[in-house]
Amino acid sequence: MEKYLLIEKAGMTFETRKGGFVALAGIDLGMKKGEFVTLIGHSGCGKSTLLNLVAGLLRPTAGGIILAGREVAGPGPDRGVVFQNHSLLPWLSCFGNVHLAVERVFGGSEPRAKLGERTRAALALVGLTHAEQKLPHEISGGMKQRVGIARALAIEPKVLLMDEPFGALDALTRATLQDELMRIVAGTGATVLMVTHDVDEAVLLSDRVVMMTNGPAARIGEILEVDLPRPRARLTLASDPRFMALRARVIEFLHEKQAEAAPLRTAA
Amino acid sequence: MSALPLRKEGAGRVPRPAPGALTSPPHPAARVLAEHAAAHAARTRRQAPLYVRARAPAWLARIVAPLLGLLLFVGLWAIASRQGGRIPDPGTVWDAAVKIFSDPFYQKGPNDQGIGWNVLSSLKRVGIGFGLAAAVGIPLGFLLGRFRFLADMAAPVIALLRPVSPLAWLPIGLLLFRSANPAAIYVIFICSLWPMIINTAVGVRQVPQDYLNVARVLDLSEWKVFTRILFPAVLPYLITGVRLSIGIAWLVIVAAEMLTGGVGIGFWVWDEWNNLKVENIIIAIITIGIIGLLLEQALVLIARRFTYS
Repeated sequence: MEKYLLIEKAGMTFETRKGGFVALAGIDLGMKKGEFVTLIGHSGCGKSTLLNLVAGLLRPTAGGIILAGREVAGPGPDRGVVFQNHSLLPWLSCFGNVHLAVERVFGGSEPRAKLGERTRAALALVGLTHAEQKLPHEISGGMKQRVGIARALAIEPKVLLMDEPFGALDALTRATLQDELMRIVAGTGATVLMVTHDVDEAVLLSDRVVMMTNGPAARIGEILEVDLPRPRARLTLASDPRFMALRARVIEFLHEKQAEAAPLRTAA
Repeated sequence: MSALPLRKEGAGRVPRPAPGALTSPPHPAARVLAEHAAAHAARTRRQAPLYVRARAPAWLARIVAPLLGLLLFVGLWAIASRQGGRIPDPGTVWDAAVKIFSDPFYQKGPNDQGIGWNVLSSLKRVGIGFGLAAAVGIPLGFLLGRFRFLADMAAPVIALLRPVSPLAWLPIGLLLFRSANPAAIYVIFICSLWPMIINTAVGVRQVPQDYLNVARVLDLSEWKVFTRILFPAVLPYLITGVRLSIGIAWLVIVAAEMLTGGVGIGFWVWDEWNNLKVENIIIAIITIGIIGLLLEQALVLIARRFTYS
């Protein structure tokens, strides 16, 4: 199996006043091109840390990460990141926010008109053509997150990294955006690594669900293959015994093998 | 056992290499700037429904209260002026004001010019001194905000010099420039400098990590980071610094001009004191107040334009 993204023996130790804090230890994970993988685990298990390692925002203190044959040495626009709190710049319009990324990646090789075209195409992909000129504070939370996704996808990244992208949204908006994400990923063939703590979201979206143990020194506990056929429909899956069985496996891992008092969201 | 993982999350976000932290600190300065406007808006919103059935429309109520306050002030002034007889009553001052403002731009020699010229030369000094302070203070603020080492270097000097009354700098200015006018400008420069340095530096340090993460993820050039992220994010703080500086500069120029002489509203106050024209002093006080108010309001308007949320 050809690995597109390869995380090898990655470890992360933070320097704190009380000494080293081992967040991650010995993480091995390979992803194929076009694969959708979610990381799930209890709060504080280091799933966001792992995502930040792939994003290059943190450097692993052990092991390494290889993306498309090259070692990840820092942040770069070959990876598109969708942040949990959208992180749109409030002084730029939706168009401006996406254009900033497009300009950075394609500005050197393409004329201005083409950059504008790319920006509009990315916003159209997430259904925001009508809100192009709006400022972030003028649109809803769900729309902001769509702009975040458009910004990440517009630069044609090798891998899309999503850090609990729908965690701050209400349940209905979250469901709509999950469906849209499935449609976009099916259309673009994007490779996606996503952090979530929502079991239904993980099973619905993923090809594989990576379940992480509790920290410190968190590692990968189990990996669950989700072999449900695509396109997946939320309504039919809800009563599908295979879906329910997969969901039960994840819940069992989180609640019994990695039991913790912290509340965990399991309902869609 | 069960409480441990919670603490771990905290520990995972606090340590040094934690640019992954995804919290968004608020913009305190932006909020302070918008406060005035927000308070007004909130009051209107809350009261509007109450006044629908009342006889007076909302805007009238908003005008009546300030007018009443001013009227009360003038009334107290009139009563006070009757007691001792030293303070001229509002009517006398009004008549003198009408005379002064009917010809604000006359020139009868260097020490006898219209109030318009006096105000303009004071504003010119403030403008030059403040402009120079902005040219030095804002870039310096950005540097101190961006580089911890520089900030630590500058901290003791700023802490020592900032509480010094600007007028204490006047002799140094006279010594350096051997002339009153540049010395006054120099005093304005010094007193405008600190708020701009400090507010800009604080603004740079308060730029949300989220925005900087966007810059890092996209690997933006330093220039793009500055123009698209750093500068717009710092702007509300910077405008607060400018507002404080102009306020202080306008306070200080009057005192500085009393000492340096020449043409200027501060000198005019002193000159009228020597002439014992108390009504003119009161006119000068009100003029100074109105101009200060206009400067402040202009900057509040600018600040509102650059406040997002």
